[in-house]
Amino acid sequence: MKSLIGNTLYICRRELAGYFATPLAYVFIVIFLVLAGVLTFFVGDFFERGQADLQSFFTFHPWLYLVLIPAVSMRLWAEERKSGTIELFLTLPIRLSEAVVGKFLAAWVFVGIALALTFPFWLTVLFLGNPDNGVIFASYLGSWLMAGAILAIGAAVSAATKNQVTAFVVTAALVFVLVAAGTQTVIGLFQGWAPQGLVHAVAGASLFGHFTAITRGVVDLRDLLYFVSIMVAFLAANAVLVDLTKAE
Amino acid sequence: MLEIRNLYKHFGPLVAVDDVSFTVSRGEVLGFLGPNGAGKSTTMKMITGFLAPTAGTALICGHDIQQRPLAAKRQFGYLPEGAPAYPDMNVADFLRFIAHIRGFRGAEATARIDHIVELVHLNEVYGQRIETLSKGFRRRVGVAQALIHDPPVVILDEPTDGLDPNQKYEMRGILGAMQQEKAIIISTHLLEEVEAVCSRAIIIARGRVLADATPAELAARSRFHNAVRLDIAAENAARIRADLADIPGIAAIEEAGEGERRVLTIVPRDNKPIAGDLAELAEGRNWNIGGFAVERGRLDDVFRAITAPPNEAGRA
Repeated sequence: MKSLIGNTLYICRRELAGYFATPLAYVFIVIFLVLAGVLTFFVGDFFERGQADLQSFFTFHPWLYLVLIPAVSMRLWAEERKSGTIELFLTLPIRLSEAVVGKFLAAWVFVGIALALTFPFWLTVLFLGNPDNGVIFASYLGSWLMAGAILAIGAAVSAATKNQVTAFVVTAALVFVLVAAGTQTVIGLFQGWAPQGLVHAVAGASLFGHFTAITRGVVDLRDLLYFVSIMVAFLAANAVLVDLTKAE
Repeated sequence: MLEIRNLYKHFGPLVAVDDVSFTVSRGEVLGFLGPNGAGKSTTMKMITGFLAPTAGTALICGHDIQQRPLAAKRQFGYLPEGAPAYPDMNVADFLRFIAHIRGFRGAEATARIDHIVELVHLNEVYGQRIETLSKGFRRRVGVAQALIHDPPVVILDEPTDGLDPNQKYEMRGILGAMQQEKAIIISTHLLEEVEAVCSRAIIIARGRVLADATPAELAARSRFHNAVRLDIAAENAARIRADLADIPGIAAIEEAGEGERRVLTIVPRDNKPIAGDLAELAEGRNWNIGGFAVERGRLDDVFRAITAPPNEAGRA
């Protein structure tokens, strides 16, 4: 139905315009780019490695997102409830799903814009050598998907509280658990004593693990499915939470 | 057009709305009157689908808000308490967003926006960000978004709250202008608003409907209904009082004022009209009165009497 998609897009547009109406968006993008740059070139041994690829760049994305994406997601619903606009919003002739998806899409597109603005990194390796553009492109997509998953988690948390700082901290904590679960440190913790099934489960739950797989150039359907299912699950939770807490 | 059926809302043990039922027809402006915490806003939130009722439902133009929420929401415009709007948007963008959600596109959206901006006098703030607007303008923006799609039912939660007298007057003018075509319900605790704007009033307190009548009928319940106010010279007060003792049917005489003038309020028993008799008496016995007025009744007395907690009731 035209009206179904239409409302979602209008809501998305309104939300996105709201980001750029304040310095918030520009500050965020600048910080994102600067941090990415610092991490890639100085912490990531970009020059030392001597390889014309963007591994040093992508390897930090989970950590970059851990810190920055909750800053975007925290205001998604908490702001509406605090200011009272949620009462106006939810009494308009829109479906709850349109509201939830519309707002999420706006945040996701925004992060996508920030991600797209890192193209100078790509240009750098193109200039310096002969990178595998397929891997790079897949990695960008994987990164965007991962960002989407994290955003979905953040959106759901934002719907659960009126306080943006609480939303930020809880989201960051949740994402940390999901990211850390894939790191060697944590897997190592489980490996010694836990049954193989559990170790696999822990590793499999990790954002890190699935993202790293994509950046290695192997785009497995399971990895895509992982991110998409997180998004779907948390968007559903988001809708439920909005309905439960809207009138508080 | 708007039918409320046996609405209940419980917040745990607290009963916020207790079996509220009423209807509003086309051409009516219903004043939803009650003390703070009476359940006015909660009722409105249930009517508009923001809160799910514990029991009961609301039908807007026949559409059940719970069964067919989208259809119902298209039929009304709602101004929530506090007139919330997106602070970082400017008025133009905000109205355009609402217009789009309401299903208008392109030239039609522009036409609707222009019309509502004219109607609600938003021209001078059209390009301004909502967070920079004064309270009065913010409320007008809220009313604008509620009316932009010309809905048959209009639900306004305290539309004149915090407005100065001029703004109140303007807002009431807007309501008056569209009254004939629509069913309007406004919640207020301003009695003057009820008298000025409403064709009917419902008094609600502690979640229950305690009265449902026209403002005139409600005023008639006041003990001051048909009371006569006399403006007299202080020196004549005693003489006039003595004369009044001859008239049966007077329940009380209240005196007010200082210095050379006094105001006597003569309260009849059972609200019986006594103005005629008093006028004759005043003429015949030469009371030399400066002013003579018949009271319709005092809504605040009625309000207080009706809404007072049970142990305090009956002291109007």
